Amino acid sequence: MSILSKHKVIETNATLLLVLSFLVVTIGGLVEIVPLFFIQNTIEKVQGMRPYTPLELAGRNIYIREGCYVCHSQMIRPLRDEVERYGPYSLAAESMYDHPFQWGSKRTGPDLARVGGRYSNEWHVHHLTDPRSVVPESVMPTYGFLLKNEIDGKYIADMLKTNRMVGVPYTDEMITKAREDFKAQADPEADTDGLINRYPGAKVANFDGQPQLTEMDALIAYLQVLGTMVDFSTFIPDASR
Amino acid sequence: MSDKKMKDQDPNTTGHSWDGIEEFDNPLPRWWLWTFYASILFAIVWTILYPAWPISTKGATPGLLGYSSRAAVAADIERYKKANAAVDKKLTSVPVDQIEKDPELLNYALNGGAAVFRTWCAQCHGAGASGAKGYPNLIDDDWLWGGTIDDIHTTISHGIRFASDEDTRDSQMPVWGDQLSEQEIADVVQYVRSISGQKADARMAEAGASVFADNCAACHGDDGKGNRDVGAPNLTDQIWLYGGDVETLTQTVTRGRHGVMPAWAGRLTESQIRQVAVWVHQQGGGE
Repeated sequence: MSILSKHKVIETNATLLLVLSFLVVTIGGLVEIVPLFFIQNTIEKVQGMRPYTPLELAGRNIYIREGCYVCHSQMIRPLRDEVERYGPYSLAAESMYDHPFQWGSKRTGPDLARVGGRYSNEWHVHHLTDPRSVVPESVMPTYGFLLKNEIDGKYIADMLKTNRMVGVPYTDEMITKAREDFKAQADPEADTDGLINRYPGAKVANFDGQPQLTEMDALIAYLQVLGTMVDFSTFIPDASR
Repeated sequence: MSDKKMKDQDPNTTGHSWDGIEEFDNPLPRWWLWTFYASILFAIVWTILYPAWPISTKGATPGLLGYSSRAAVAADIERYKKANAAVDKKLTSVPVDQIEKDPELLNYALNGGAAVFRTWCAQCHGAGASGAKGYPNLIDDDWLWGGTIDDIHTTISHGIRFASDEDTRDSQMPVWGDQLSEQEIADVVQYVRSISGQKADARMAEAGASVFADNCAACHGDDGKGNRDVGAPNLTDQIWLYGGDVETLTQTVTRGRHGVMPAWAGRLTESQIRQVAVWVHQQGGGE
């Protein structure tokens, strides 16, 4: 260990200490930063991914505001038990339009990465209003107040613009029609051809069963699209991952 | 100099002294130091053997062992699939109504079906399959769309009012609030209470009888015993999906009820659907 007891040489020479410190920080920095230049290669090419509709995006904001991620993850790991319970393991491409992603780190409740289409809209209203009415052993808080909070999408175009700034491919058309699409998605009577054209596969429904547009509509619209976008019939897993 | 004196006495101090306070200069514990070096070595070996560095445009360095978490989970699933392949094949090849006659298939389906039910069905129908308001009880012998194993199998496969499945079971109870007056609705509610053996206003029920015959009997039957072809519930048996009190019945008639059950044909395998169909059929109410 004779070389290790020579550290006094470095510690008593300010220039040498500075040069060597810089060297160490450089190496550490390169190791952490260089892989980020290749981050795109972690995102698989898949078919079906599209940006969230304005209503889904609003629902996502409510999901984050209410802290749903504290108890629910959105990340199905590549393990047999998870794949059998929740469906195909999550792909990086599925959260590429999430800013920030909602992978979460704790499951007090179940994973929600593929909750879309698993329950009816009505079930979601019952469950969010009174979780114990459908799952007696649930410890989830009640979110019935969402039914009373009306929303009108006043700032939704700004929200789309903000997402575009961080890389979500919203087109100018999507942004100008944002408020129109926002209202149309929760109204089965509305003309939704434009909405479906801009956001293929978007589900149109009166999600909360009430005539007015509420936060409940937005949140359920978001939940119902989770994990349903990727077409797994055309997905071939890359063996090197 | 006092620190020189200290250094001579004890080589294991740094030699500094201030106000009589000195600093030991003992080496790190050996076990800690060697564990530290071993960890560094382990990390280097790991990155050589396993996928590690995302430094090319194609993906991460693959590692010498060729391990892939995705291949591993695929192999794991395949292993179980293979182990069950023979019985799964038998289960899906016999007619649905013959499954329960084969003890091996019945045993397999009951155990597998219980797991499928807990994972996919319990959230609505309850852990014990006894249902909740708006979600049918599956352990009694009252069925909306039929309680034979074939009926149950069809319902699970295609769902109820599940728009994206073409073969889904579909019917729409009209929103009578648009077509009947409040008085007519109140009357017919009393009539429904009378035929289900509950306390009812006799005079209103009598008026409600003709409202029922003109509007409701087409689906619920002249005697109110329902029609499984359109999922119209039996109104005479005091088994209620939403509730049989005046308030709930009024709500049901005024707004209609359009409960949805998802189609499982895309999400579950045919074998899993048959397993859970058998499990439900065996819960006591199966026909």
